[in-house]
Amino acid sequence: MIRVLLPYHLRTLARLDSEVLLEVESPPTLSAVLDALETCYPVLRGTIRDQMTGQRRPFVRFFAGKEDLSHHPPDSALPEAVASGGEPFLVIGAMAGG
Amino acid sequence: MSKIRVLVGTRKGAFILTSDGKREQWKISDPRFAGWEIYHLKGSPAESDRLFASQTSGWFGQMIQRSDDGGENWEPVGNEFNYDGVPGTHQWYDGTQHPWEFKRVWHLEPSPTDPDTIYAGAEDAALFKTTDGGRTWKELAGVRSAKGHLWQPGAGGMGLHTIVLDPKRPERIFIAISAAGVFRTDDAGQTWQPTNRGLKSPYEIPDPEAEVGHCVHRIAMHPSRPGVLFMQKHWDVMRSDDAGESWHEISGNLPSDFGFPIDVHANEPETIYVVPIKSDSEHFPPEGKLRVYRSRTGGNEWEALTNGLPQRDCYVNVLRDAMAVDSLDPCGIYFGTTGGQVYASADSGDTWNPIVRDLPAVLSVEVQTLP
Repeated sequence: MIRVLLPYHLRTLARLDSEVLLEVESPPTLSAVLDALETCYPVLRGTIRDQMTGQRRPFVRFFAGKEDLSHHPPDSALPEAVASGGEPFLVIGAMAGG
Repeated sequence: MSKIRVLVGTRKGAFILTSDGKREQWKISDPRFAGWEIYHLKGSPAESDRLFASQTSGWFGQMIQRSDDGGENWEPVGNEFNYDGVPGTHQWYDGTQHPWEFKRVWHLEPSPTDPDTIYAGAEDAALFKTTDGGRTWKELAGVRSAKGHLWQPGAGGMGLHTIVLDPKRPERIFIAISAAGVFRTDDAGQTWQPTNRGLKSPYEIPDPEAEVGHCVHRIAMHPSRPGVLFMQKHWDVMRSDDAGESWHEISGNLPSDFGFPIDVHANEPETIYVVPIKSDSEHFPPEGKLRVYRSRTGGNEWEALTNGLPQRDCYVNVLRDAMAVDSLDPCGIYFGTTGGQVYASADSGDTWNPIVRDLPAVLSVEVQTLP
């Protein structure tokens, strides 16, 4: 199982109070996790990736196993620590100054 | 006795303010959608407990929320706003053409008769329609065919911010777009024509009387006289007596002809309200005095309404969607400020009181008069 931790506003939108557990075919990739997340929680479609292009929204970041995967290709495999469920896959709302 | 429900959209959530018909004691709700920008929320005239909200975020994009119990509980219903076909391009700041890109919904306008039909005005300027209560949205792309390639965003973005439905001719709709102007359809949204004759914009566009390119801030109509429109433009307050075919200036003795909202008294079609703002350079009230101006003559002759409003050291703004009226007698007038105050007058503007003083910056105010 893949553990996914969402930012506060997306947890509120999806009515979640903790991290999400997702069944994803092995080896799990970035896009496979996001596809599974959106299948389980359709309300999140368009909030992490653009509806039309499928591109990551500019102020959303993906962290996994202490790496920033935001610029990795969608078919990138997730680090073993995340793929095994040891660490969560983090969807982050980028910090905005001010 | 009637009840009043005021729907307030702010930079950090929505608030619902309720009172009985006396409009003296108000209950303020907890924030809805806390932390999200709520550009606009509005109730369905056909089903008063059905409300719609435009929830947006620079991080997570657009969501349309719907309530069927007057705002207690909400459900996210849809967020897919795709331009029809190949979106094409519009004028960009550097003179090149730039592709249309959806950013957010500025304004929601529910049908007066069908609780499942709502129009949405978007940035970049486009008009969308749903007929299933907000779940799916289809663009009425004819709007952008009205010389859309010549439209250019202003500093505030190229938003379609005003949608006025003609109550007597359902096939007629007026819309207004920042830095583009007013447009009208007479065939339920298939085809549109610019309706900007008479507008003059000498410091905004090279041809001051161009067919498109005028920075219209807001238009308003009284439902009993849908051929008469009032407009607050970037400069000038204007009036049309022929459904937008031509416009003439009615700024008269206003201390500034810049401002954002304009609204019409619910029971007196010739009584209109504006909030003059000093200039486009200093978006705050002239002399630090917050004054609503009322004309009882359909324009040109204006009186300052100050009783209960701050008359010194006031430097807030009142945005285009942040004024509304109820339909009681005497008519109630409401507006919200970028300083987080929502003011109400239960006597057509003669006296004012703050309903609430310390909300986040107010983006929109709508009012429902409930039985």
